Amino acid sequence: MAETETKTVENEALRIVSTSPHAHSGSDVQHIMLDVIIALVPAFLVACFFFGWDAIRLTFACVLGCVAVEALCRKAMGRDLGIADLSAVVTGILLAFNLPPSIPTWMAVVGSVFAIAVAKQVFGGIGYNPFNPALVGRVVLLISFPVAMTRWSQWTIPSPIGTVDAVTSATPLGLVKTSLLSSGTLPYSFDNATMLQMFTGATNGCIGEVSAAALLLGGAYLLWRRCITWHTPAFYIGTVAVFSAILWAVDPSHNMPPHFHLLAGGLMLGAIFMATDMVTSPVTLKGMAVFGIGCGVLTMVIRKWGGYPEGVSFAILLMNSITPLINRATRPRVFGHARKKTPDKK
Amino acid sequence: MARTKAQFKINGGVHPSYHKGLAAAKAIADMPLPALLRVSMSQHLGAPAQPTVAKGDTVKRGQVIGEAAGFISAAVHAPTSGTVKALAPAETATGAKAMAVDIEPDGEDAWVELTTHACWEETDPKQLVEIVADTGICGMGGAGFPTHVKLSPPPEKPIDTLIINGAECEPYLTADHRLMLEYADQIAEGAAIIRKILGAEKLIVAIEDNKPDAIDAMETALKDMKGDVTVLVLETGYPQGAEKQQIFAAIGKEVPSGGLPMDVGAVVENVGTTLAVWDAVVNGKPLTERVTTVTGFPVQTPGNVRSRIGTLYSDLLDFCGGTTGEVAKVISGGPMMGFAQHSLDVTTTKTTSGLLFLAPDQVSEFTSMPCISCGRCVVACPMYLVPSEISQMIEAEDYETAEEISVLDCIECGCCAFECPAHRPLVQHMKQGKSHIMLKRRQKKG
Ligand code: SF4
Ligand code: SF4
Repeated sequence: MAETETKTVENEALRIVSTSPHAHSGSDVQHIMLDVIIALVPAFLVACFFFGWDAIRLTFACVLGCVAVEALCRKAMGRDLGIADLSAVVTGILLAFNLPPSIPTWMAVVGSVFAIAVAKQVFGGIGYNPFNPALVGRVVLLISFPVAMTRWSQWTIPSPIGTVDAVTSATPLGLVKTSLLSSGTLPYSFDNATMLQMFTGATNGCIGEVSAAALLLGGAYLLWRRCITWHTPAFYIGTVAVFSAILWAVDPSHNMPPHFHLLAGGLMLGAIFMATDMVTSPVTLKGMAVFGIGCGVLTMVIRKWGGYPEGVSFAILLMNSITPLINRATRPRVFGHARKKTPDKK
Repeated sequence: MARTKAQFKINGGVHPSYHKGLAAAKAIADMPLPALLRVSMSQHLGAPAQPTVAKGDTVKRGQVIGEAAGFISAAVHAPTSGTVKALAPAETATGAKAMAVDIEPDGEDAWVELTTHACWEETDPKQLVEIVADTGICGMGGAGFPTHVKLSPPPEKPIDTLIINGAECEPYLTADHRLMLEYADQIAEGAAIIRKILGAEKLIVAIEDNKPDAIDAMETALKDMKGDVTVLVLETGYPQGAEKQQIFAAIGKEVPSGGLPMDVGAVVENVGTTLAVWDAVVNGKPLTERVTTVTGFPVQTPGNVRSRIGTLYSDLLDFCGGTTGEVAKVISGGPMMGFAQHSLDVTTTKTTSGLLFLAPDQVSEFTSMPCISCGRCVVACPMYLVPSEISQMIEAEDYETAEEISVLDCIECGCCAFECPAHRPLVQHMKQGKSHIMLKRRQKKG
């Protein structure tokens, strides 16, 4: 037997006397955020492919802006820096992904300031913010700079399915809305080629939202890493599908088909990455389902009847505001307690 | 006799690294008598025993040195023959202080006169319960609830199911596993004794499927037992061995909130306790020793050690060859529910199932962050609680809301804190909330 040094345990060495459990899964906030960043990489690559320099410019502006503002705020409040948890990086990327490619850099920075300083740190930092910071940043920009936020450059799409002219200078949803408002008819029929374009990302829109394929890939990664559960995205996307299918079935000449609604706008980005934001969405599985359904209904109501062509941001922010309510209403029945509906008192 | 898979799935739970391989293959080893045995009067849940000896007395093994103080209490016996050296308060594994009797062994290890009941089948169940009470048996799996109390349900609560808990779901621990391998017949007979006491029709021996050899051993031992006898194979997972969860897995019934297993006609006994009942009835021996898994990566030769109640932790460790590496944490019990120790000058009790040494790299010292509402604790909680919310209430000292959202139903299993990425001290909050509310209730009553 190999000789091993035998030590006695010094009593002074046993300083860590904490409460049970003395084992941990090993997960921490930083790793979760890192996984979210990894999950956003495919969408970022697609954005670089279609929007080139603008995608890089905006992503870096927002990430640097968010991290810097986070650090400054923490410092001003005399707290530890708190940027190591990477949550500001995630907010930065998500904010950039929600911006149109042509927006000037300084506006992106303004958005970052609002996202971190106002929407997050004012409330006390990570864990305390009621609203998704990136979405607050986006909505502030949308209200302050409506023109810049809805200016979609006319460009030629070097799409993987052959060079397709970007016939439009608007997003698919914007086009539908304007056409319905002006002529009362749908702008185009939704054929397979368009569908494929929208699935891959060869379409107009915010830099991170265009490619459903890349976002779904990221979503699969998040599910595999247990960073999200399927409840929120599935119920969100499912509700949009059902809602739009009903509208389409009732009046196909004034409504786009459900697969258009699934691929258009920020639905995938919103359902997979924004509605699943842990801090601002419910903790119970039932609550996540309710949250998803609410987001889906609100998104479709805004798309159909609202003033804006797209409703994902507003829908999620509105649902954020009732998250505490949903949490309270969806507390599970505790083990050993009677089921509420069957009062079986003896 | 039948072997079945558990049909009812418990909610939540976690899958920690089990590390059972460190000690699972090690046969139970008897530790020689140490130089000193310090026997705490607080071995069990409930009122501590009253010492019945004085300094300078000579005692024999099995002699009562502390008598039960009330119904929910248990007698304490001298673990060997020798001289009482001191009576003084000493720290227990939970950090609380309790009166303890120091005994210097004389090396004879002479027993008091024992009354055996080899033909227990003819003995009156009431007398059997008395034997269990007189021999100081309490639940050896965890909390140490006095066994005679569990075995005397009021007549309006008939017991139809006796569950013998061999799940041993705590990581690292293998003492119960070894007992089932080495004492299957005795455990089976102990189960038969308890079954007779309770008049329970059904006998279920519940074992996790990571112990196939124990399942086989118990199956063989129970082969010829009559009536409704089952070896229930549980899916490996923590906390399959928690009483309420185990009852649910076995018979699909939830113990009502604030209630006891007898409310659903069940009694759960740990395999160690069952063996102690056998020893007490058949051989007349009071509970004076137990098997403890001494384990962890820094331990030279981890193993399952049978030692006398009152053995110093440091003596147990020495018996296992001491440590070969740095130790950052010592835990009495398992890693999920055990108690961290700041000293090895603590002695074993009837509930010391394990003594676990953790190396520095196994101990995470994280500062806790605000809750990020990830919901993992909610998914993990086997009691369907919302730990994140309860913890926030406790932090805000809003004990009323905490009580409303059922903090008292928490079984302190630790699943929530195990999963929490923000490293929140969830169990600490639960314990704090529970004790605060219980204190308030007692004050109101008193
Ligand atoms: S709240 Fe209590 S019962 Fe639920 S997981 Fe945490 S410790 Fe276990
Ligand atoms: S696991 Fe921790 S961070 Fe997640 S919801 Fe529960 S308490 Fe909050």
